[in-house]
Amino acid sequence: MTLPHEQLSTSVSVASASSEVSAPATAPKRKLRCSVRGAKKSFGQNPILRGVDLDIEEGAFAVLVGPSGCGKSTLLRLVAGLEELDEGTIHLGERDVTHAPPRDRDVAMVFQSYALYPHLSVRENLAFGLKLRKTSDKDIDERVREASKMLSLGELLDRMPKQLSGGQKQRVAMGRAIVRRPQIFLFDEPLSNLDAALRAEVRVEIRRNHDQLRATTLYVTHDQVEAMTLADTLWVMNGGVVEQKGTPLDVYERPRSEFVAGFLGSPQMNFFDAKLEKEGDRWLAIGEGARIAIGEERFGAALTEGRTVRAGVRPHDLVRAEEGQPIAGNLHVEIIEALGFEAIAHGWLTASGPRVIARLDADEARKAKSGDSIPLAVTPGSAHLFDPKTGLALDAK
Amino acid sequence: MSNASRSERNRLEFLESGVIHALLIAAVLFALYPLLWVVSIALSPGGISTSHGALPLPTHPSLWNFHALLGKGSSARAWLFGRQLANSIIVAVATAVTAIGVAIPAAYALARFDFVGAKTGMRTLLATQMFPAVASAVPLYLLLDALHLLDSRAGLVLVYASTAVPFAIFQLRGAFLAIPVDIEEAAMVDGATRTEAFWRVVLPAARPAIAVTALYAFMSAYNEFILAATLLSRESAFTLPVVLQRYVGEHGAAWGIFAAGAIVVSLPVMALFYYAQRHLVSGLTAGGVKG
Ligand SMILES: Nc1ncnc2c1ncn2[C@@H]1O[C@H](COP(=O)(O)OP(=O)(O)OP(=O)(O)O)[C@@H](O)[C@H]1O
Ligand SMILES: [Mg+2]
Repeated sequence: MTLPHEQLSTSVSVASASSEVSAPATAPKRKLRCSVRGAKKSFGQNPILRGVDLDIEEGAFAVLVGPSGCGKSTLLRLVAGLEELDEGTIHLGERDVTHAPPRDRDVAMVFQSYALYPHLSVRENLAFGLKLRKTSDKDIDERVREASKMLSLGELLDRMPKQLSGGQKQRVAMGRAIVRRPQIFLFDEPLSNLDAALRAEVRVEIRRNHDQLRATTLYVTHDQVEAMTLADTLWVMNGGVVEQKGTPLDVYERPRSEFVAGFLGSPQMNFFDAKLEKEGDRWLAIGEGARIAIGEERFGAALTEGRTVRAGVRPHDLVRAEEGQPIAGNLHVEIIEALGFEAIAHGWLTASGPRVIARLDADEARKAKSGDSIPLAVTPGSAHLFDPKTGLALDAK
Repeated sequence: MSNASRSERNRLEFLESGVIHALLIAAVLFALYPLLWVVSIALSPGGISTSHGALPLPTHPSLWNFHALLGKGSSARAWLFGRQLANSIIVAVATAVTAIGVAIPAAYALARFDFVGAKTGMRTLLATQMFPAVASAVPLYLLLDALHLLDSRAGLVLVYASTAVPFAIFQLRGAFLAIPVDIEEAAMVDGATRTEAFWRVVLPAARPAIAVTALYAFMSAYNEFILAATLLSRESAFTLPVVLQRYVGEHGAAWGIFAAGAIVVSLPVMALFYYAQRHLVSGLTAGGVKG
């Protein structure tokens, strides 16, 4: 299982060159900062990670998303050295750190709870790791000053943690990581204890800091927006394995499985049990009150007459049909959520079918009311198809 | 809001604070009254006399009782008293140090690790707390006799530690449980070994709880009378509670000297509390982790 690292990195760069994740061909190949191979981990009888591979290029921002309990934090803690692998290897830079204790890994971690040292002032919190590593006082001063400028911690430096607000604690926790200048930053849901407005603000700040420092980062979240906006590469986990990796847009537009499609995107994608039929030269997925036009070029040979599929359409691609547009179904409106610039309509196409969510623009939303029937159309080429048994997307490769 | 109602409210606030202060002053007087009596009796050469009224004022104030307590000028008696005071302090400090020294590692292990016997251990510790010390006075006497530790400070410390240790383990386990594991892990990621994380993060965060527990162990050993009276028979081995009791013993009660003794006994404790105050600032851990 343990490959020499050189061999490992070549095999990986070959793999990533052919994957849709890779940078434009002109960009120089970046070195790997973190690579996890075949990671397995159980707690007692419970397998939590069932063989995970993870690569992060130098300077990249990798985001791990997935539902609660899928093993994101466990994977992060394995990289930090706070848990020990059952099987597999972890390399940071050139070094095999599979069995190294956390202090020898040169990683910094921002905890969900912030985990500031309660008996130390902000300044001492920032300096703690540097002192342990016997950094000179002059260097410590300089780095603390630098980090506190970057995060506007200036007037907080002499306060104790209990005198800080949640947002300030969060910034101190980030500062404590930044002063360390580690090989890799690890974040475990760092924003989940902040209110929505602050979360949005800090999210941007994290991205800005990253762009400035270019520090390799592994970031765990189950917040869609964070995942989509922060990631260079998105890793979607489910049940202890990586279901899909790629750029956020790629994963959003071409989900490899029904799980990924349903997990990413808010409101959630609509799914219909349907059969494929050909009408003239057009392919349709028909079922549960929906007649969804399918883009032929996307699915190619997967389209066979009478095949049962799961058809998926994002709410944003399910809109009021214009005159002359083919109608995908009639939405019986139950509830309208007006968001201002647009509205979300909840309802169903047939009483026996699934709940359906569609997008209305603000004007329509003003007119529409509960009990209405609205003809819907699907944005051409936007429908996804999945195999009902395997859950995998039917996209032609 | 109109001016009238504002001044109305100010007046109410003033009244409220006046009432609160009056109540507090009454409570303080209530608590101090017996103490003032002790001081007054200690300063009255004859001890309690019928000429005392309801107010704690000494009749013919003098330091005679203190003089008597310290041996009326006999240097041998004064030495003895000094030795007894030292016994008390040494035994109490040693008990506190032993209790904390044993309890810290034990409580940490019980709070952080899941090991065979952890639950049973906790229950056993709890069970030991159910019996009053007197119940074991006779077996303890026999035990110390067998160990040749009767009439010794070490023997007394051993006996006191047997109750102080379990109590301290309970207290400190609670304190360690209240310290989030996250901050230890943060320290380890920051470059600490597990041991360093313990010394540099966990222990300082638990300092208020440790101070309170140590103080409690000190006080219970310092004040203990029944076991000390049972296990000590040589005068030079006495602790102060045993010494004091003798003044109000069979041969008529010398309340004046007793009161003087009570004051002398209290001085080290008062000094200790004064010193410990700053360690007792509670809630040091509150706020290190989210919230
Ligand atoms: N120390 C542990 N002992 C036993 N089980 C654990 C331990 N740590 C985690 N688990 C279990 O492992 C599973 C994955 O946990 P993990 O914390 O990695 O999930 P997660 O993806 O981070 O979820 P969330 O989004 O809720 O944080 C969970 O079912 C959890 O109960
Ligand atoms: Mg988690």
